[in-house]
Amino acid sequence: MSALSTAEAARSRSARPQSFVELNARERAQALLDEGSYRELLGPFERLESPWLLMQGVVPQADDGLIVARGQIGGTDSVILAIEGQFQGGGIGEVSGAKIAAALDLALEDAKKGHPVQVVLLLETGGVRLQEANLGLEAIAEINSSLIALRQHVPVVGVIAGMIGCFGGMSISASLCSYLIMTREARLGLNGPEVIEEQSGIEEFDSKDRQLIWSVSGGEQRHVTGFADYLAEDDVGAIKNCIIEAFARGIPATHRSEQVDDYLKRLAAIDASHQLESSEVRKLWSKEKQL
Amino acid sequence: MSNEKTISTRGRIWFEALAGKQAKHVPSVSSVLVADTTLQKERVRFLAIVPDPNNRFPCARQGQVGLQEGWNLAKQVRDAIKADENGEKRAIIAIVDVPSQAYGRREELLGIFLAAAAATDAYVSARLAGHPVISLLVGHAISGGFLTHGAQANRLLAFNDSGVMVHAMAKNAAARVTRRTVEELDKLAETVIPMSYKIEDYAKLGTLYKLIDGVNVDSPEPKQVEQVRADLSAAIADARSGQRDLSNRLKSQGAQKNRSATLVVRQRIAAEWHSNGTSLWR
Repeated sequence: MSALSTAEAARSRSARPQSFVELNARERAQALLDEGSYRELLGPFERLESPWLLMQGVVPQADDGLIVARGQIGGTDSVILAIEGQFQGGGIGEVSGAKIAAALDLALEDAKKGHPVQVVLLLETGGVRLQEANLGLEAIAEINSSLIALRQHVPVVGVIAGMIGCFGGMSISASLCSYLIMTREARLGLNGPEVIEEQSGIEEFDSKDRQLIWSVSGGEQRHVTGFADYLAEDDVGAIKNCIIEAFARGIPATHRSEQVDDYLKRLAAIDASHQLESSEVRKLWSKEKQL
Repeated sequence: MSNEKTISTRGRIWFEALAGKQAKHVPSVSSVLVADTTLQKERVRFLAIVPDPNNRFPCARQGQVGLQEGWNLAKQVRDAIKADENGEKRAIIAIVDVPSQAYGRREELLGIFLAAAAATDAYVSARLAGHPVISLLVGHAISGGFLTHGAQANRLLAFNDSGVMVHAMAKNAAARVTRRTVEELDKLAETVIPMSYKIEDYAKLGTLYKLIDGVNVDSPEPKQVEQVRADLSAAIADARSGQRDLSNRLKSQGAQKNRSATLVVRQRIAAEWHSNGTSLWR
C-alpha cells in the first residue's frame, strides 16, 4: 500500500479507529495535517543523505529517516518533524538531526516576527545513531538548545506513539516539549533495558522481563506519574485531538523542566536504599498528588 | 557494576585548582560541587560532578550524572540566574569529567531524562539570559552525562590529552554493541571522524573554542593553572561579545569542512520554508 493511499484511507474512515502506530513517519505526518495542506520539505528526491553511512557499509536513505512536513493542524499553520523508526531505529544522525534543529530555528524566527507556527515532534528513536556518534550527540545538543528557545514563544508538542519509543538523548528533548503525548504502546526512557542490564547487571534490570519494562517506561506509567501530559489511544483522530487540545492550552506557566524545587523535594522523600517498584512511584507521584 | 568505569579524580583536581580548596558540595549531595569566585575581574560560578562512593543512588557512585546531579545542577544554575536578574550576569563554568549518565532502574522510574532536561534547560536559559556559559573538558564527556553537563556552553574548551574524550557511548560498550573490537573502532575512526574517541578529532568538528596543549591534566603545575585561567577569561570575554545561541559552532572552520551536510540542510530548508509563493500563515 502506498503512503498516500494509507493516509487518504485514514481520512475517509475518520469515524472509525485508524491505528497511528502502524503508520510510517510520512504517513503519520500526512494523517495529522489537515487534508490538502501537506507540503514536504527536503523530500526524498533531494537525496540529502547521511555522508557517513556508506563508508561503514550501511545503505543511506534519501530522507535520512526524518520527514519535515508543513501544513495546517486544525486550520493553524504547523510543521511536523517525524522520525522514521524503521530506518536505523530512528537514530539521530548528522542530517536527520540538522533537519530538526534547523526547523526549530526557523519556527523561532517566525514566532519572533509574530507568525507563530505550531511545531509537532513525532519521536520514534533510540537516540544517537551510533555510526555518526559525535555528530548525532552534537545535533541533539543543538536540538535541545533550539527547543528551549522556541518554547518560550510557541508551544512545542511531542508525540511518542510507539513501537520504538523514545530513548537516549532524545528522551531529554521529549522532556523539554511543552506538552508530551504518549500511547500505551510507547515507552520513554534515557537508557533502554539492554543498556541498563549490560552496564549495571541483571539484578538492576532484567531486559527480558517485558512486564518490568512496560511498568517502568510504558506510556501509562509515564502519564500517571506526571512525565507525560496525555495518554492517547492508538488512533489517528484521538492523537490529533490531543495535539489540538495541547496547542489550545498555550505556553505552560511553568515547564516541567523548570519545576526544580518541586522535584528536588520529591527526590529527597525517596528511600533509595532499596530497589523501587513502579507501583510505589505511582503511589508517591501520581497526578492527584501533584499541585 | 561494570569494572569498565575507573573512578576519575580529574573533576575534583581541576575544580580545586581553579575555584580553590574551599570547594564545597551542595548540601547533602556530595557529588555536585559549586563555588563562587572571581577570574580576573569576572564573577564566576564553577560547577562539577564528582564521584561520591556513598551516593544514596547506587548507580551514580562513580561520577555518573544521575537524578540528584541533574536536578541540583539545575538548581545551582537557576539560583545564579535569579541572583543576577537585574545586574551583571556572572559567568558559569562547568568542569566536565563525566563517565556517563547513571544506568539504573530507580533512575528510569524517577525520570532521569527529566533531570537531564532540567539541567539542560537551566544551562540554556542562563546562556539566553546573557550569562557566559563555559565548559572545560578535563576528562570524559560521554553521552547523556555530557548532554546534561557541558554540552550547552557558549564556548567549549578541552585539554589535548588522551584521557579527554567526547562520545555517544563508552568505548568498550560501543565495541560490544557494534560487534567490533576496540582496535577496529580506532581504525574506523581514522576515516569516520565523528566516531573517533580522540579529542583532536572531536576538535575537527568545529565545536571546540580551544584545544589546550601542554598541560599535565592529572597534576597541573601552578603556571599551567594560570594559563588555563587566562584561557577561561578569554573564552568568557569572547562569549560576552558573541551570539547567545550555538550558531558559533556552525560558523567554525571545522564545521565548514566536516559538517558540510549540516550546513546544506540548513541552507535548503530555509529556502523551502516559505516557498511555493504562498505564505502559509495567511
